[in-house]
Amino acid sequence: MRRASLLLASAAFVCAASGSAFAQTLVYCSEGSPEGFDPAPYTAGTTFDASSKPIYNRLVEFKRGTSETEPGLAESWEVSEDGTQYTFHLRQGVPFHTTDYFTPTRDFNADDVIFSFDRQRLEDSPWYEYSPGISWEYFNGMSMPDLIDSIEKVDDYTVTFVLNRPEAPFIANMAMDFASILSKEYADQLEEAGTMELLNQQPVGTGPFSFVAYQQDAAIRYQAFPDYWKGEQPIKNLVFSITVDAGVRRQKLEAGECHVMPYPAPADIAALQENANLEVMEQQGLNVGYLAYNTQQEPFDNPKVRKALNMAINKQAILDAVFQGSGVAAKNPIPPTMWSYNDAIVDDPYDPDAAKAMLEEEGVTDLSMKIWAMPVQRPYNPNARRMAEVIQADFAEVGVNAEIVSFEWGEYLARSSAVDRDGAVLLGWTGDNGDPDNFLAVLLGCDAVGGSNRAQWCNEDFEALIQEAKILSDQEARAELYEQAQVVFKEQAPWATIAHSVVFMPMSKNVSGYVMDPLGGHWFDGVELTQ
Amino acid sequence: MLRFFISRLGLIIPTFIGITIVAFAFVRVLPGDPVLLLAGERGMDPDRYQKLLVQFGYDRPIWEQYFHYVMGLLQGDFGNSISTKRPVLQEFFTLFPATLELGLCAIIFAVVIGIPAGILAAVKRGSWFDQATMGIALTGYSMPIFWWGLLLIILFSGTLGWTPVSGRISLMYFFPSVTGFMTIDSLLSGEPGAFRSAVAHLILPTIVLGTIPLAVIARQTRSAMLEVLAEDYVRTARAKGLSPGRVIGLHALRNAMIPVITTIGLQIGVLMAGAILTETIFSWPGIGKWMVDSISRRDYPVVQGGLVLIAGIIMLVNLVVDLMYGLINPRIRHR
Repeated sequence: MRRASLLLASAAFVCAASGSAFAQTLVYCSEGSPEGFDPAPYTAGTTFDASSKPIYNRLVEFKRGTSETEPGLAESWEVSEDGTQYTFHLRQGVPFHTTDYFTPTRDFNADDVIFSFDRQRLEDSPWYEYSPGISWEYFNGMSMPDLIDSIEKVDDYTVTFVLNRPEAPFIANMAMDFASILSKEYADQLEEAGTMELLNQQPVGTGPFSFVAYQQDAAIRYQAFPDYWKGEQPIKNLVFSITVDAGVRRQKLEAGECHVMPYPAPADIAALQENANLEVMEQQGLNVGYLAYNTQQEPFDNPKVRKALNMAINKQAILDAVFQGSGVAAKNPIPPTMWSYNDAIVDDPYDPDAAKAMLEEEGVTDLSMKIWAMPVQRPYNPNARRMAEVIQADFAEVGVNAEIVSFEWGEYLARSSAVDRDGAVLLGWTGDNGDPDNFLAVLLGCDAVGGSNRAQWCNEDFEALIQEAKILSDQEARAELYEQAQVVFKEQAPWATIAHSVVFMPMSKNVSGYVMDPLGGHWFDGVELTQ
Repeated sequence: MLRFFISRLGLIIPTFIGITIVAFAFVRVLPGDPVLLLAGERGMDPDRYQKLLVQFGYDRPIWEQYFHYVMGLLQGDFGNSISTKRPVLQEFFTLFPATLELGLCAIIFAVVIGIPAGILAAVKRGSWFDQATMGIALTGYSMPIFWWGLLLIILFSGTLGWTPVSGRISLMYFFPSVTGFMTIDSLLSGEPGAFRSAVAHLILPTIVLGTIPLAVIARQTRSAMLEVLAEDYVRTARAKGLSPGRVIGLHALRNAMIPVITTIGLQIGVLMAGAILTETIFSWPGIGKWMVDSISRRDYPVVQGGLVLIAGIIMLVNLVVDLMYGLINPRIRHR
C-alpha cells in the first residue's frame, strides 16, 4: 500500500518535475533532517522549516519578514474586556491538501482548530500520545496547559479560547509553529485505519505546498498546492536537499545544485558575497547572547560590581574573534528588530581603568570567579569557549581571576539553572513569537528564578513593569512599559549583554521574492525563480 | 568443516550478549539526559520532567530497563527513536543500504587497486614504483577524511565540475526505493540517465572512504608477498622453471592472501568509522550520520539499537572471513 502510494507520488512528481517543469523547482539546501512532519511535538527550527512553514497555516500568522501578527486561518478575532476570552472568526472556503494518501471531503472549519489544540492538552485524547514517546514540548514550554481553560466551538466558523488569566502574548503564541492547524478529517481516517503514527510522516495541511515524499536524511519533496487560499505559488516544486556540512552547502550553491542555503560558515561569507552569481541577504537574528551573573551571590549581588565587570568586557574584540562579522554588540536584553526595543539606552562603555576603580571602590579586590562556557554552537554564540577566553583576558586586566568551566549540554542547562550556582554563565536565547514578554519574562522574571532566569535575578520594579505589560492588550502601552523595564535592566545589570547574531542567507540571483524571517524560519511562499 | 563452523558460531552468542550490555551501558555512561535535551534552553519544570521520565521508562531501575530492552530485542523490537518517534529497526533498514552500497564500493575500490599495487610493489621491491606506491599509501593512511573529502569536492565538483557535490543521485530523479541500492534502483526505474547519475554520485565518496583501506591493503599485500616470495617453496618453484606469472599468481599469492583477507575483514570496522565522516561530508543518507546525530541528542534507543545492529553485522562479516580462512587454508579448519 505504501509502496503503491509512493509510486503514484513519484510518478506525479516526475511528471511535474520533468523537462522544463524542473526549471520551476526550487532547491533549498537545508542544514539537517526534520524529526517529523507534525510540528507540535518538536522544538527545532529545522523541523519547522520542513513542516509548519510549507505545509500548514495557523489562526494567526506573522507578516512576511516581521514579527508582527496578521490574520491567518482566522479572519478576525475579539478579546473580551477582562482579556480572558479570545473569539476567532474562521476563514471560509479554505481547502486541505489533496494527496495520494488523503482526499478531503470538506473545507477547514472549527473542528480542525479544536482537534489541533485538544490533542496537545487533553490527556484522555487518543491523539495525546499517538506515537510512542510523543510529547508536546512547545505547548508545555509556553505554559499553554495552565493558560487555556477551555476551547469552545461556537459554530462551524467561530471558536472561543477561554483563558485562566489575561495574557497579551496569546495572539503571538497562536502564530507559533505548535499552533499549526491539522485536518481532523484526516486524523479520523488514520485513527480508523489504525495508522495514527502516519500523521507525523504523511502530513496534510492548508499551506502553500503539499507534501510529496521524504527520503530520510536525503531530500524532502513538495509541490505547490493549486488551491491554496492565498493563491497558487510561482514555483511548481520545492525540494529540500539535506546537506549537513556548511562547506558542502556552499559548494552545492556555487555549482548550481541548489538555489538557497542557510547558515553559511562565517569564514565563507566574504567569498560568497564576491560571487557574481549569488546574492547574500542578511538580517539581525531575533536573539541575544549574554553572560549572566548569579545575582544572589556575593559580590555579584552588588549592581555596581556587575556594572564594573560589564565595563571591563571588550565587546568589539568578541565580535571580531567569535562572530567574525556576523554579530552586532548588544546593549539591551531584547534584539533591535523587536518592537519596544529601547534605542535611547546608552551601553556601558569599555573602560578597564574605570572598571578597576569601581571594583576597588566597592571593596572588591583579588576576586576569583568562574565563567561557564557552553559546549555547543548557537546562533547567538558560535564559539562559547573562545568568547569565555576573551572575557577571561578582559577580566584579568581589571584584576579579576576567572576560571573557565564547561559541562555536557544537558548538564550545563540543568546546573546553570541552580540558584546556588557558582559563577557567571554564557548563554543566550532565540525568540519564539516576537513578543518582548518571551524574552523579558522568560529570562528575567521572578517566576523563572531557578529555571531559565540564569541571573537568578528578581527585581521588584522590573517585575511590576513586565507583569503589567503582560495583561494589557494595547501594544503601544505595552511597548512603553517594556522600554522602562529595559532602563531598569540596564541600571541593575544582571547580565553583560554581549551580542545579537547577524544571519546570512546566500542564494542564487535567479531567486526573487525571498524575504528573511526575523524569527529565523525559512519560508518559500511567494518566491520566484527566473532563468 | 562442520565442527569448525559450529565452534565459530558458538562464540557468537556470548559476544552478542556482551554487545547488548556494552551498547546499553555506553549511552548511559555518557553525561547528558535525553529528556532535558528535548527542551533545550527553554527548560522544563520538574513535574513535567518526572512525567516524561516515566513515559520513557527511565525512572525504572537500570537492570529493569536492561531486561526490558533485551526482551524487546529478542522479539525484534528495538524501540522507537526519541526524536523522530519512528521504530529504530525501520530507520536502520531504510538507511543501511546506503551505507552498505558505499562501503561495498569503497572496499572493492580498495581491493581492486590495493592488491595489484601491493603485489607489484613486492615484486619490484626497491624500485621507484615500490617507493612511490608505499609513499602514497602512507599519505593516504594519514589523511584526515574530513579534509580529504572537502578537498576533492572543491577540486572535482567546484573547480572542474566533473562530479556532483553530494547526495546519492540528482534531485531530478525520483523513484521509489526497491532494494535501497541506488545503482540498482536507478536501473530498475528505467529512467534514462538515472544510473549514470547514481554512479557519478558514488565516485568521490568511494574514493574518500576507500582511501584508508586501500593504503592498508596495499601495504599488507606487499609485506605478505615479500615474506612468501622468500620462502623455500617459491625458490623451488622457480628452480623447476615455472614462469614468473605462475610462481607469483599460483604459489605465492594464495599463501600471501591469508593475512590480506584478515586485513580486509578488519577494514569493515574501519569503514564503519570512516562512513560516519564520509556520510556527513557527502550528505550520504546512511547509518553513520544517523548514529552521530543520535549520540548528540542522547537518543538512547537509536544509539543502543544502532550499536547492536552494526556490531552484529561486523560479527557476521568476521564469521564469514573466518570461514573463508578455512576454505583457503586447510590447516586452520583441521586445527
